[in-house]
Amino acid sequence: MTQTAWIIPFLPLLAFTMIVFFLRWKEKVASGFSIAMIVIDWVLSLIILAEALGRHGASYEAKILLTSFKTFNLELGILIDPLTAMMLVIVTTVGSCVQIYSLGYMKDDPRFSRFYAYLSLFLFSMLGLVLANNYFMIFIFWELVGLTSYLLISFWFEKKTAADAGKKAFITTRVGDLGFIVGLMLIAAYCGTFNYQGVFEKAASGTVPVGILTAAAIFIFCGAVGKSAQFPLHVWLPDAMEGPTPVSALIHAATMVAAGVYLVARSMPLFVTSADASMVVASIGLITAFIAASIGLVQNDIKRILAYSTVSQLGYMIMALGLYGYDTANGEHSAGYVAGTLHLMTHACFKGLLFLGAGSVIHAVHTNDIQEMGGLRAKQPRTAMTFMIASLAIAGIFPLSGFWSKDEIVASTAHHPLFFVLTLTIAFMTAFYMWRLCFLTFFGQPRNQHRYDHAHESPGTMTWPLVFLAALSVCAGWVALPWLEHGFSSFVYHGEPHHAEPEYLLMIVSTLVSLSGIGLAWLMYHRKAISADQVAAKFKPIYTLLYNKYYFDELYDLIIVRPIVNLGNKLWSFDANVVDGAVNGTAWLTVVWSDAKQWFDATIVDGAVNGAGWLVRQSAAGLRFLQSGTLQFYALFIAGLVAAIGLYRYFGISYTPTTTGLVTIFFLIGLIVLWYVSRSIWRRSTPAAAAEVEEHSVRVEDK
Amino acid sequence: MWYFLALGAALFALGLFGVITRRNTIGILMSLELMFNAANINFVTFNKCIQGGSMAGQLFAVFIVVIAAAEATVGLAIVLLVYRNWRGIGSDHYNVMKW
Repeated sequence: MTQTAWIIPFLPLLAFTMIVFFLRWKEKVASGFSIAMIVIDWVLSLIILAEALGRHGASYEAKILLTSFKTFNLELGILIDPLTAMMLVIVTTVGSCVQIYSLGYMKDDPRFSRFYAYLSLFLFSMLGLVLANNYFMIFIFWELVGLTSYLLISFWFEKKTAADAGKKAFITTRVGDLGFIVGLMLIAAYCGTFNYQGVFEKAASGTVPVGILTAAAIFIFCGAVGKSAQFPLHVWLPDAMEGPTPVSALIHAATMVAAGVYLVARSMPLFVTSADASMVVASIGLITAFIAASIGLVQNDIKRILAYSTVSQLGYMIMALGLYGYDTANGEHSAGYVAGTLHLMTHACFKGLLFLGAGSVIHAVHTNDIQEMGGLRAKQPRTAMTFMIASLAIAGIFPLSGFWSKDEIVASTAHHPLFFVLTLTIAFMTAFYMWRLCFLTFFGQPRNQHRYDHAHESPGTMTWPLVFLAALSVCAGWVALPWLEHGFSSFVYHGEPHHAEPEYLLMIVSTLVSLSGIGLAWLMYHRKAISADQVAAKFKPIYTLLYNKYYFDELYDLIIVRPIVNLGNKLWSFDANVVDGAVNGTAWLTVVWSDAKQWFDATIVDGAVNGAGWLVRQSAAGLRFLQSGTLQFYALFIAGLVAAIGLYRYFGISYTPTTTGLVTIFFLIGLIVLWYVSRSIWRRSTPAAAAEVEEHSVRVEDK
Repeated sequence: MWYFLALGAALFALGLFGVITRRNTIGILMSLELMFNAANINFVTFNKCIQGGSMAGQLFAVFIVVIAAAEATVGLAIVLLVYRNWRGIGSDHYNVMKW
C-alpha cells in the first residue's frame, strides 16, 4: 500500500471534481460520495500506518522529476515516515468524522453540495501537504489549504462578519507565507534543492553558514506562525469561527492549523542546527500559549473560547518543538519532539471533539453565547458526556490522552525554569477556562428558558462521530505510555529506541495543577462560592484587557489597517484627480484642438478653395463679355494684337522684367478697354441684349 | 523685292479689312483667301530673295494653296449648314457662341 500512497490525496480531489461537475444538484449522492472517498482514505491511512510501524519507522520516498533548471531539480514525490503516517491518520480520522457530522449539521443548507466539495478540496490539499517530499510541493499545498480555509470561513458569505473573517484569515496568513517564501528562497539558494532529505543533509553537513540556516529556519517558521495562528499573527483564528462549526473543527482546530506545527516538526533537522532559531520558535510558542490561554479565561462565545484554546495548545506544541531544537543544538537530551508531535495527535482528537460538541450545542440552542446556556446536560446527555471527556482530556487528567502529551510537554520544559513555570500556569488556565465553559454550558440552571426549552439532542449522524472521537480522546495517548519499550517516542524517532523514564513527580505536579484549575472553575461557576463578577470587578484592568484580547485587533487596526486605508485613499484621490485629470485633460485638449482645426478647415482651407472659385467667377463675370460671338470682333482683336506685337518688336523694346511688367499691364488695360468698348457697343446696338446682360449678371450673383 | 513685299502687305491689309467689315460669311471666306495669298507671296518672295537655292518657301506656298482649298471647302460646308439653320449667312446671324 505504501507504494501507492500517492492515490490518497486524489480520492478527495476526485470527490471535489465529481461534485462540482456532476453531482451538484444531487445532495445525497454528493455527500455520500465525498464521505465514501474520505473513509476509503482513512482505511488506506491505517494500512500505511501499520506498514510504517512494520518498517520500524524507516521512511519511504518516491518521486518523479517535474522539471529541472541546470542543477536545480523540481520534483513531485511522496515521503512516508512516521510523522507523515501519523498526520495521515489524524487528517483522515477527523476528516471522516467531520464529514459524517456535517450530514446533520449542514442539513437544509442551500449550498450543501458545495460545502462537501470544499471539504473534499481541503482534504486533498491537506493530504498532499502531509505527503509532500519537498518544500516546493508543501508550499503549493500550503497555499491550497489557505484557499480552502478562506472559502470555508466565508462559506456563509451573506454575513458580512463571515466574509470579513475569511479575508482576515487569508490576508493574515499571507503575511506569514511571505516569510515562508523567503525561507524557501534561502534554502533553494544555499542548499540547491527543495527535497527534505537533501536539505537536511546539506544543513547537517555544516557547509552552509549557520547564520543562513538560522535565517532560513526563522523564515520558514514565519509560515508556521501564520498558519498555526501564533503570536503576533494569531488574530485571524478566533474570527475564523464565523465559518460553519464542522469547518472550525476540521480546519481551524485539528488539521490545517496543525500544519504549522507539522512544518516545524518536519523541518526539525534544520532547527537543530541553530539554537537561536529554535529559541525564537520556543519563545513565540510560549508567548502565544500564554496570551491565548489568558484571553480564553474571560470570553463568552463558546467557539471563541475553543479558538483561543486552540491557539494556546498550538503554542504549546510549537514551544515544545522549539525547546527540542534548542536543547538538541546544545547537545542536551529533550523530550520536546515527542511532546510536540504527540500533543499534535491528541489535540486533534479532543479539540475536534470539542468543536463538534460545541457545534452540537449551537445546533440545539442557536446561540454562541455561553451566558445564555446552562443545564444542557439534561437535554443533550450524549453531547455533554463527550464534551466533558474532551474537557478532561485537554485539562490533562489521568489517564486521558491529554495527560500524556501535556506531561511530555511539561517534561520538555524541565531544564528551563521560566518555561516550566509558565507552562504550568497555562495548564492551570486551560483547565480553568475549559471547565468554566463546561459548567456554564451543561450544569446549573438554564439562564435562558426559551432557548433551553427548544434544545434537543442532535441526530445520530452528529453524535456518533462525537462518541468515536471521545473514545480516541481517551485512548490516543496510550501509544506513548512511558512504560512502553517501543512506544510512540521510538516510532517518531525512526525506530531508534528512545525511551524516557517516567517522571512521577512531574506527573503529580501537572495533575494537581489541572485539578486545581478545574476546582476553581467548580467553585466559581458551579458552587458559586466565589463570585465571578466580584473577581472581575476586583481585577478590573486585567479583566478589561483580557476581555478585549489585549487590544490586538485595535492595535493592528491602528498601526496597519488605518495607514493602509489612508494610503489607499490617498492613492485613490491621486488616481481620481491627477491620473483621471490627465486623461480627461488630454481628451479636453483633443476636443479643443479639433475644434480649432475644424474652424481652420472651414474658414481658411474652404475659404481658399471657395475664394479661388469666387475670384474666377468674379473675373469671368467681367471678362466673358469679350466673347461677343462676333467673328469680326475676334478677327479685329487678333489683328490688333498682332499689330501690337509688331509695334512692340519694331520699337525694339528689350525683354527686361520692368518692360515685360509694363507691357503686361498695358496689355491688361487694353483688354479692359476693349471689354468696356465691346460692352457699350452691344448695349447701344441692341437694347434687348443689354437687358439680357443685366439679367444674366444678376443671375450669376445669385448663385 | 520691296514691291513684292508691299504687294503682299497690301493684299493682307485688304484681306483683313474684308474679314473685319464684310457681313457676308462667304465674303469673309474670300477675304481670308486674299490673306492666304498675301502670305504666299511673302513666302515666295523671301524664298527667291533670301534663301538662295532652297525650294522650301515655294513648296510651302504650294502647300498652303492646297490647305486653303481644303479649308475653303470646309468653310463653305459650314456656311451651307449655317444657312440651313438661320436662313441667312450674315455674320451677325449666328452669334450663338457669345458669352
